[in-house]
Amino acid sequence: MKRSFADLHLKIAPKETLTLQRAIQRAAKFGYRYLSVPFSFEPSTTELENLKTACKDAGIEPVLRADLYPRNENDLMNSLRRLRRKFDIICVFCDSKDISRQAAKDRRVDLLNFPNLDYRKRFFDRSEAELASNSNAALEIDVKPLLALEGPARTRFLSCLRREVAIAKAFGVPLIISSGVSEERFIRMPRDMASLSYLFGLGNVEALDAVSFNPLAIVLRNREKLGSSFVAPGVSIVKEGSDS
Amino acid sequence: MKRVKRRYLALQLEMDGVPTEKELMDAVWGSVDRLYGEVGASLTSMALISFDVSCNVAVIRTSLETLASVRSSLACIISVAGKEASVHVLAVSGTIKALFEKF
Repeated sequence: MKRSFADLHLKIAPKETLTLQRAIQRAAKFGYRYLSVPFSFEPSTTELENLKTACKDAGIEPVLRADLYPRNENDLMNSLRRLRRKFDIICVFCDSKDISRQAAKDRRVDLLNFPNLDYRKRFFDRSEAELASNSNAALEIDVKPLLALEGPARTRFLSCLRREVAIAKAFGVPLIISSGVSEERFIRMPRDMASLSYLFGLGNVEALDAVSFNPLAIVLRNREKLGSSFVAPGVSIVKEGSDS
Repeated sequence: MKRVKRRYLALQLEMDGVPTEKELMDAVWGSVDRLYGEVGASLTSMALISFDVSCNVAVIRTSLETLASVRSSLACIISVAGKEASVHVLAVSGTIKALFEKF
């Protein structure tokens, strides 16, 4: 079966229409089927229209994603309450241990992302993985630092990733590999992006799943939940009767 | 002695201008060297087979055992001859004939 590839983290501001269009066209040329541009707040109608038009022209399906940078646990809960039903994907950037633990146990959170350069703030340990595994949250890994960094900084980053990937595999936490790029020139073909994960210990099939099957599973699951016919997992409205 | 299995990779180079064959291979070797070190790079047995300057498509050869390392190193290339560049793998094959049929 042919794989559909997704990049859930193209870090381009939706306001930058021209850059966004060029990046989307490039991603389409490289074979991506689903693409996500993150919003930090509720998107304006113009931004949404721009994104949808650019994606439609390129033959790509847009995925609405909210990136949350909560200050504390209450802030996280408030943001989730406000935004969950408006976006296909919710990603939480965990800046402290409390936030990362709260995000990992909340079923409304889809992706957990950690600061790329501050290694002391990468809180994905065994406890975090256990919580994430129970709540179906996935660990998102941005490959941009692998392209941009060099020398000891990249070595250290790879070391962190290898440890986190081993923990995620042990606890069955899905892995998502995203580009995390804000410049067009860093966009890579899906299979090239998967090949980068060889650097931190993912096998060939696992790596391809991380750019195709895993992100798509989350998007489709959430779209089903956000649909009007959804009642509960496994239960949906097929037909409505009339009062007579 | 066991025969060494090889793989051929077709690469699309994206950059402004056209580099020489040496500049391209320097970038590839440099990337493998930075990621895997000199010993790791020496194990790849890489060689440039051809470089079509009209469409910036190159064909390189590597050993099957180090294919994954070479692919990841190619994805990490961000500059060739001091200019911004990216390298994409178009196809991988066991023979040059099959490689050209693939893309």
